[in-house]
Amino acid sequence: MQHLYDLLIAPFVDFAFMRRALAGCLALSLGSGPIGLFLVMRRMSLMGDAMSHAVLPGAAVGFMLAGLSLPAMSLGGFFAGVLVAVLAGLATRFSSIKEDASFAAFYLLSLAIGVLLVSKSGSNVDLMHILFGSVLAVDDAALYLVSGVASVTLICLAFIYRPMLLESLDPVFLRAVGARGGLWHMAFLMLVVLNLVSGFQALGTLMAVGLMMLPAITARLWSESVEGMLVMAVSVAFVSGMAGLLLSYHFELPSGPAIILVAGLFYLFSLLFAPAGGALPRYIRARHFES
Amino acid sequence: MTVILDNLTVSYQRHPAVHHVSGSFVAGDATAIFGPNGAGKSTLLKAMIGALTPDSGQARLDGFARQDIAYLPQQSEIDRSLPVSVLDLVATGLWHRTGPFGKVGRAGLGQAMDALEQVGLADFAPRAISALSSGQFQRVLFARILLQDARLILLDEPFTAMDAKTTFDLLELVRRWKEEGRTIIAVLHDYEQVRAYFPHTLLLAREVVAWGRTEQVLTDANLKRAVDTAAHWQDRAAVCRVDGVNV
Repeated sequence: MQHLYDLLIAPFVDFAFMRRALAGCLALSLGSGPIGLFLVMRRMSLMGDAMSHAVLPGAAVGFMLAGLSLPAMSLGGFFAGVLVAVLAGLATRFSSIKEDASFAAFYLLSLAIGVLLVSKSGSNVDLMHILFGSVLAVDDAALYLVSGVASVTLICLAFIYRPMLLESLDPVFLRAVGARGGLWHMAFLMLVVLNLVSGFQALGTLMAVGLMMLPAITARLWSESVEGMLVMAVSVAFVSGMAGLLLSYHFELPSGPAIILVAGLFYLFSLLFAPAGGALPRYIRARHFES
Repeated sequence: MTVILDNLTVSYQRHPAVHHVSGSFVAGDATAIFGPNGAGKSTLLKAMIGALTPDSGQARLDGFARQDIAYLPQQSEIDRSLPVSVLDLVATGLWHRTGPFGKVGRAGLGQAMDALEQVGLADFAPRAISALSSGQFQRVLFARILLQDARLILLDEPFTAMDAKTTFDLLELVRRWKEEGRTIIAVLHDYEQVRAYFPHTLLLAREVVAWGRTEQVLTDANLKRAVDTAAHWQDRAAVCRVDGVNV
């Protein structure tokens, strides 16, 4: 028992930075999990990745103006992300380009500008920080940001849940009854950007997408209802966060990749064994019913 | 309460799919839109609900508010991979009452169940929409229309790929709607269905070939004219100058 305690509990009891990191992971899971799930359901799984790159130049401008300041970099990242979302949205609406293609075009532009700015202004160490973050260095300000974003996300999702789901299910019906599908879509993209920005202090711009997408894709394999998937996505994200932190503590691994790799293990396991879509349950069939 | 097409033109990349169509649908009765593939039938319906913007002219749905209109698109436009239950999908028919945020409630779910029962699918209420066959799914969409309680019902190829039983059951619903004084406009490809259930027909081939009583519209001469018109398509067509619209 004592051994288990040392392994699983003691690091969080003994060290404040571990407790803060755990709280940050919980907040990130609550916000990013559901957002990722909606991205998966809307067949926009790669959009999170695109948006995470789009955030970069904003964060770099924030860094150039104010140094390693969380508010400046977050605000910059948020505006850059929203700008790319709006431009891509406008391009989709007013040209014949499909949404995925216009996002690809604009995020690449944004990424190039970002890399240019970072290389002109800072050292490689700074670039590493922006790209990879560190959940073990989360301070109070970052914690407030992450939990604030999670709260806003959950409240907003509760409001836009129905029209947003209906917009991916049956956009023509939504238009026929006179609801403005595009409006909800835009609100959703704002939430995506917000969550990526909140994740990037803790996990870095690249890893933040991992905690968003991997638990969501895993959840899709376990449940056949939206409610079940939401619970699953948040749980997988949080357990991955906690396990990743412990691994990083005991084996002196960088925390971001440790967390994402744990989430990846959940995914690979589910890919094989999950009941609602895994590979193996398809072959091991129970006897069918009479009707 | 009238549905009027006033010199309506809708085009894709300057090529008209619906070309200067004028006329009015008989309110409180059923009209079939008949014509060969590419005749602009679906385009016409989409322009009527405002999903497509006309080049010129307009579709005027006088006396119909948004919530009075139900529209059944072709099935291919619905993403059935999403984890939504049959009952939930039918309940979206209550949108005009609930809006994006309002509660469906027990009474609403009861009505949805009732609608499912009328299309013979009550047992399927809790199942995922991905588990249905295309015929069953079409019944579900008709149940949603029942719930919408609309006075104007637009159906885009509702019986394509349906078996005889499903087609018959759903056509009986159309007959009931007609008796209840609703206006029904349906894109159809089956001559016999049109003759049996739709007193009026609009024969369309980009332009109106004929529009009126079904038995007077669906003549051999008219049908031949429709096929000939639709097959005719020019890559370098001249700019249309009807009514001086495209000057």
